[in-house]
Amino acid sequence: MAKNDTTLYLYELAWMLPSVALPVGMLAALLVTAFGAHIHLPGQSMTIDAAQIDTTAPFDQPGIVNVGPGRYEARIIAAIWTFNPAELRVPEGSEVTFVGTSRDVIHGLFLPGADVNVMLIPGQVTRITTRFPKAGEYPFVCHEYCGIAHHTMAGKIIVEPLK
Amino acid sequence: MTHAVPIDLGPERRLTGAFLLIAFIALFVGVVTGLLQGLSHVGVNAYPWLMPLIQSYYHGLSLHGVMNVLVWTTFFICGFVPLMAARAYYRPLASRLLGWVTFVLMVLGLLIAGVPLVQNNATVMFTFYPPMQAHWAFYVGLTLVVVGTWLVTLNLLLTQRAWRQQHPRERTPLAALMALITFIMWTIASLGLAAEMLLLLIPWSLGWTQGVDPLLARTLFWFTGHPIVYFWLLPAYLSWYTLMPRQAGGRLFSDPMARASFLLFLLLSTPVGLHHQYTDPGIAQGWKLVHTFFTFAVFFPSLLTFFNVVASLEIGARARGGQGLVAWFGKLPWGDPSVAAQVLAMLMFAFGGIGGLINASHSMNLLVHNSMYIVGHFHLTVGTAVTLSFMGITYWLVPVIVGRGLWSRRLALTQVWLWVIGMTLFSFALHSLGLEGMPRRTWIGMATYIQPEWRSLMPLVGIGGSLMFVSAMLYFLNLLLTWMVSRAPAPAPVEFADAVSGPEAAPVFLDRLRPWLLLSAIFILIAYAPTLMHMIMESSAHMPGFRVW
Repeated sequence: MAKNDTTLYLYELAWMLPSVALPVGMLAALLVTAFGAHIHLPGQSMTIDAAQIDTTAPFDQPGIVNVGPGRYEARIIAAIWTFNPAELRVPEGSEVTFVGTSRDVIHGLFLPGADVNVMLIPGQVTRITTRFPKAGEYPFVCHEYCGIAHHTMAGKIIVEPLK
Repeated sequence: MTHAVPIDLGPERRLTGAFLLIAFIALFVGVVTGLLQGLSHVGVNAYPWLMPLIQSYYHGLSLHGVMNVLVWTTFFICGFVPLMAARAYYRPLASRLLGWVTFVLMVLGLLIAGVPLVQNNATVMFTFYPPMQAHWAFYVGLTLVVVGTWLVTLNLLLTQRAWRQQHPRERTPLAALMALITFIMWTIASLGLAAEMLLLLIPWSLGWTQGVDPLLARTLFWFTGHPIVYFWLLPAYLSWYTLMPRQAGGRLFSDPMARASFLLFLLLSTPVGLHHQYTDPGIAQGWKLVHTFFTFAVFFPSLLTFFNVVASLEIGARARGGQGLVAWFGKLPWGDPSVAAQVLAMLMFAFGGIGGLINASHSMNLLVHNSMYIVGHFHLTVGTAVTLSFMGITYWLVPVIVGRGLWSRRLALTQVWLWVIGMTLFSFALHSLGLEGMPRRTWIGMATYIQPEWRSLMPLVGIGGSLMFVSAMLYFLNLLLTWMVSRAPAPAPVEFADAVSGPEAAPVFLDRLRPWLLLSAIFILIAYAPTLMHMIMESSAHMPGFRVW
């Protein structure tokens, strides 16, 4: 029986050690790749009064604003069931920081072509930066249920070729 | 080594039956509305024909979510888990009256929440994020259901205390400890939801307060919203650990390891909710990373469970003549629908677990958050690991409760495999569609932006969903006929499995809850206190309610 117990114990140990190593290894790989590739999540940026959006900077001027060489800010106001603006143009190779908020319920901004995937929450300002190395049309949609016409809430980024 | 002695299910039989009946009704409603969603992916828009019963895709989807993930799971668990505890303690629950009071309160809560839900006055999904505002009765009713679950915890604690007085030196029976941990973990985790309901949503929906902070409410929701998946999962684990080895003709491999994994769930289930909010503004990246860490940590007890349960199954299969490194798997009692359902549920869960790690990875989450990928993921977890396991449990439990044999074993096996095939197609398609950029919770059939690459996958959603619908109907048919017309004799209840390495090998600290509870509280404070404090101090949002459906 004693020998049997030792065998069982070794089996348990032989499984437990890799079970610790596996998540730890994956977490390490995740951290290295995320920080190595400079992937950032939205963090604390600023709060905003949802009733005063139209008179609060930067949303008093929605749309594309050039903020430096090759760098743009895309200011987007979400409201049922539209994005303002719904169509934005930037040149190929731009770095674009999306700055968004919501006027009413919670919305989302999902732009799969450029790995933009954020929530737009009333009272909060979301900031996220991405790049558009290739010209083309990049559709974006609202990906949080926001009411009866949620499935019509969409827009696009038009990345214009450098000529 | 503990030897189970056959006994009758005891006075809990009727109470369990009552809970199961409500659970089945909820699952039925959830499955029917689910079919409509599946069909909308193949261009069948059934909603105009169903007016005013189901008034829109989103009305149906809210019913589907609330009925399946909140009602079916919770009522099943509140019926099944206390019964298992009573059998493990070898004594009835401390208070039979409290048991029935709990049931009545929860049904009352369900009815109160159900009225606005059915009337399209609570089309807010099962996440009910404000400032979208449902009728107040929806919030009040769901809160009563949660309070009911706390009464189950109370009854289990009283039963444990009564048992302990008579057995001061014994180890708590494994299934009883698992039942207790499941409900204590849930009670701690549900405090977030309770705070959201009582302090924010109920006063706001009644017009007593002017506004609500959507981010704070959302954070409190996910405080409960992730651990709730362990509240669904742990009862399935209870069955996999303590019953399935016996059903498969074997023994539990390691009782101490099973105890350890449940205690780790008690410790690690709650401080993980921010991994649902990686893409939210207003929460510092560093705290999101802390939750990534805890989420990866909670993967550890699931890995322990996988090993322990598979090793137990292997013991059973080898005893039945199974050989080889993996070939023994075929020697499991595949003709027993209860075992087949649970083993397959566990296999599907392996994929659900791997997908879950991707979701929890704070950078990879950006690819999948709120996309159909997530829907594919949780249909493997709550829709299969949990639901198919619960179905497997009912294949022995319902016959015992109604006192008649299962109407058709073959029909049950067909049902189980049909679910697996349907779910495989369905979840494969949804995972792929999510990676192709399809958003979740969206009436895709009517969307203005369907992408060409989605077209080839969308029929699989409809086909897989329809197969699962047929499977569910066969399930209900079989249970109904078992109850009404079966002439087969009632089977004996499934007994608890003995363990190869029994409870006497477990260190004493695995049988003391207080230190683990203290540590759990510390982890939760570390993970949440700074973020919640910051939100409460800085809160400036006072959003009025919106009815947008």
